[in-house]
Amino acid sequence: MIPELGHYALVLALALGLIQAVAPLIGAWRRDEALMRLATSTALMQFGFVALSFAALTECYVTSDFSVATVYENSHSMMPLLYKFTSVWGNHEGSMLLWVLILSLFGASVAAFGNNLPATLKANVLAVQSWIACSFYLFILLTSNPFLRLARPPFEGRDLNPILQDIGLAVHPPLLYLGYVGFSIAFSFAIAALIEGRIDAAWARWVRPWTLAAWMFLTVGIAMGSYWAYYELGWGGFWFWDPVENASLMPWLAGTALLHSAVVMEKRNALKVWTLLLAILAFSLSLIGTFLVRSGVLTSVHTFASDPTRGIFILVILVVFIGGGLTLFAWRAPLLKQGGLFAPISREGALVFNNLFLTTACLTVFVGTLYPLALEALSGEKISVGAPFFNLTFAPLFIPLLFAMPFGPLLAWKRGDIPGVAQRLMAAFGVGIVAVAVTFAAAGAGSVLAPFGIGLALYVMAGALTDLVERIGLFRAPLATSAKRAAGMPRSVWGTAVAHFGMAVTLLGIVCASTWGEERIVALKPTQVVSLAGYDLTFDGMAQRSGPNFRELAAKFTVRSGGGVIGVMDPSKRSFASRNSSTTEAALMSRGVSQLYLSLGDVNDDGSVAIRVYFKPLVLLIWLGAVVMMLGGALSLSDRRLRVGAPKPAAKSTKSTLQPAE
Amino acid sequence: MRRFVLIALLTLFLAPGLAHAVTPDEMLKDPVLEARARNLSQELRCMVCQNQSIDDSEAPLAKDIRLLVRERLVQGDSDKQVLDFLVARYGEFVLLKPPFQVQTLLLWGLSPLALLIGIGALFLMARRRKTVIPETTALTPEEQRRLTGIAAADSPRPLIKP
Repeated sequence: MIPELGHYALVLALALGLIQAVAPLIGAWRRDEALMRLATSTALMQFGFVALSFAALTECYVTSDFSVATVYENSHSMMPLLYKFTSVWGNHEGSMLLWVLILSLFGASVAAFGNNLPATLKANVLAVQSWIACSFYLFILLTSNPFLRLARPPFEGRDLNPILQDIGLAVHPPLLYLGYVGFSIAFSFAIAALIEGRIDAAWARWVRPWTLAAWMFLTVGIAMGSYWAYYELGWGGFWFWDPVENASLMPWLAGTALLHSAVVMEKRNALKVWTLLLAILAFSLSLIGTFLVRSGVLTSVHTFASDPTRGIFILVILVVFIGGGLTLFAWRAPLLKQGGLFAPISREGALVFNNLFLTTACLTVFVGTLYPLALEALSGEKISVGAPFFNLTFAPLFIPLLFAMPFGPLLAWKRGDIPGVAQRLMAAFGVGIVAVAVTFAAAGAGSVLAPFGIGLALYVMAGALTDLVERIGLFRAPLATSAKRAAGMPRSVWGTAVAHFGMAVTLLGIVCASTWGEERIVALKPTQVVSLAGYDLTFDGMAQRSGPNFRELAAKFTVRSGGGVIGVMDPSKRSFASRNSSTTEAALMSRGVSQLYLSLGDVNDDGSVAIRVYFKPLVLLIWLGAVVMMLGGALSLSDRRLRVGAPKPAAKSTKSTLQPAE
Repeated sequence: MRRFVLIALLTLFLAPGLAHAVTPDEMLKDPVLEARARNLSQELRCMVCQNQSIDDSEAPLAKDIRLLVRERLVQGDSDKQVLDFLVARYGEFVLLKPPFQVQTLLLWGLSPLALLIGIGALFLMARRRKTVIPETTALTPEEQRRLTGIAAADSPRPLIKP
């Protein structure tokens, strides 16, 4: 009964979606208030029904109803409750349901908080949003129904893939989807603006909070995924340039560019056409990511060809939305009036520079990810594009970007002055140069690039602080005045500085962990000791343990530093009988923001066990930096002028023109 | 294949049992050679895995290639000779960084090209804008005279409020 209810609720959501896809458009065209208002209620109800559907599926998983095919394939009655819960989206069908749940959540949010939008814009946005929703409802109902029943329900489920039995599955996919799908709002706004043929600074102000929110979720979502891979996969890497990772990085790069170009549009009414294009591209890349991951095309072009229903369906969605969006753009964008002139050296110019490098970086990832697929499909020739390629091509694009980062916020709008800004950044340059020199002296001739990486990171950090110090007049005005200015400064200024600082924190973590990390691969017998980075790890012995749905072989290591015991690490190997598979559970010990990482290999006949120990200096900064970036986004989002659902349309407010520039 | 954990979406693919990639018994005694072997391993693809280097992979094939790499290094091959040997044996699919060739022209060239085009377009746009909007020139004597006339006609009301 429950699964049928969920199935039916999804069908109802589709029906509502179809109404919402058409009625508001007609309403906006004929200026029919009632038809336009209809979209608000259908969007809210759509979310209600999808949520009901999702709740029904969750109920099936939590109660282990193995008469439902997906539950049988991805769940087990002995699993801890948390994993029963998370296995809802730990498979294709369920994750698509989560996708549309979040999509309808965003639609409902626009309906609920978009009261300050002009009626026609809101109606058009919700209609476009519903086109996307309907195509994915159809995708689920026609090709990936999670509610299908089995004629003869088995007694026990086949269990969730052991790798996914982790808290990471509870955190990472929902966050990532909030980011991915969040860009649909920017897309809908862009298409609505093209339909109306009108776009102005106010449009950017309405789109920015949604983009910012999506970007924040995506940033943390990617970071959490990276951390999960780091501790779960057992070899201590944090980024592999895997196509699946790239699929999430591309929308992030495009979204970051969009975030910055929307600032120019909002403040200066310039870059309108470009911002629209980026809004379309950011979501298009999310769709491409979904296609790459969901269609099976990544494994091989041939896998895709052997069971093409799902892949082709998403491909059609892809072509319709991306092709349609870009066609509409090509047709209508020339009609939009360009405004806001600026000199090449200006805040706008700096943001254009940012956009140029971010989009090129995005293109690099795009080409690198899809080239092998395209080449194989066209010529049958197989090549590999992996980490060495991306490291070589991606870094040169990010270095100028990071170098220019502190300049942007310090340059004036319209016409800036580079020497003046450089002078104000003297302290930051100083910090960077000292950092390079000190690292060179300390690290010796080891790596040439690393000291420059450290210098760059510290320079960007100092640059972000310089911006704040300059604005509040610290060290120049009396302290009380500075404090007052700091309190009165727009939150978005704090947001910019914090987010840029966070980027540098991540960079610092990447450089340190990948340059000065230490590694030992050894076979140890009990009581033997392995030493690295000043830590001594004594192997105490192995023990069998059993968990709710697995058995594990755990090793115990006592960690000593400077003679004293500082803790115990117990890496293990888990075997899951239900799937006849095993996982390696690495043991991690944090020392400040550095980590000791210990993972277990095979047990040899002579009683020794193979282990891998890593010392990863400052590795936690990689993910902490992402959290700091998200905090920056949150600060910016809390800025007065972006507050979602502010009572007055900001465009008409005379106050807005008096606000200090960001 | 294990990498799919990252987005938790490809759970349709079963992960094989996790073990170690490089194991202690296959490592070389000479730390310099071993370091070279590790560096080379990171450039080489495990052909039966999904986008994984032989350094990371625990597949038996990856282990075979790792041993092969070490064997060649011990025999005195240079890094390039090792790579050439493997390419001759397994094809270019084994290289994670494809060489610059006709088939990979776009792969290597597209981004730099896009960057150059972008810079060029921006440059042109900046120049065109300059020509479209001429610099403000000073008023001609004729215009100046007319302006003074208008100001004088308006005179009872002061132009600037005190």
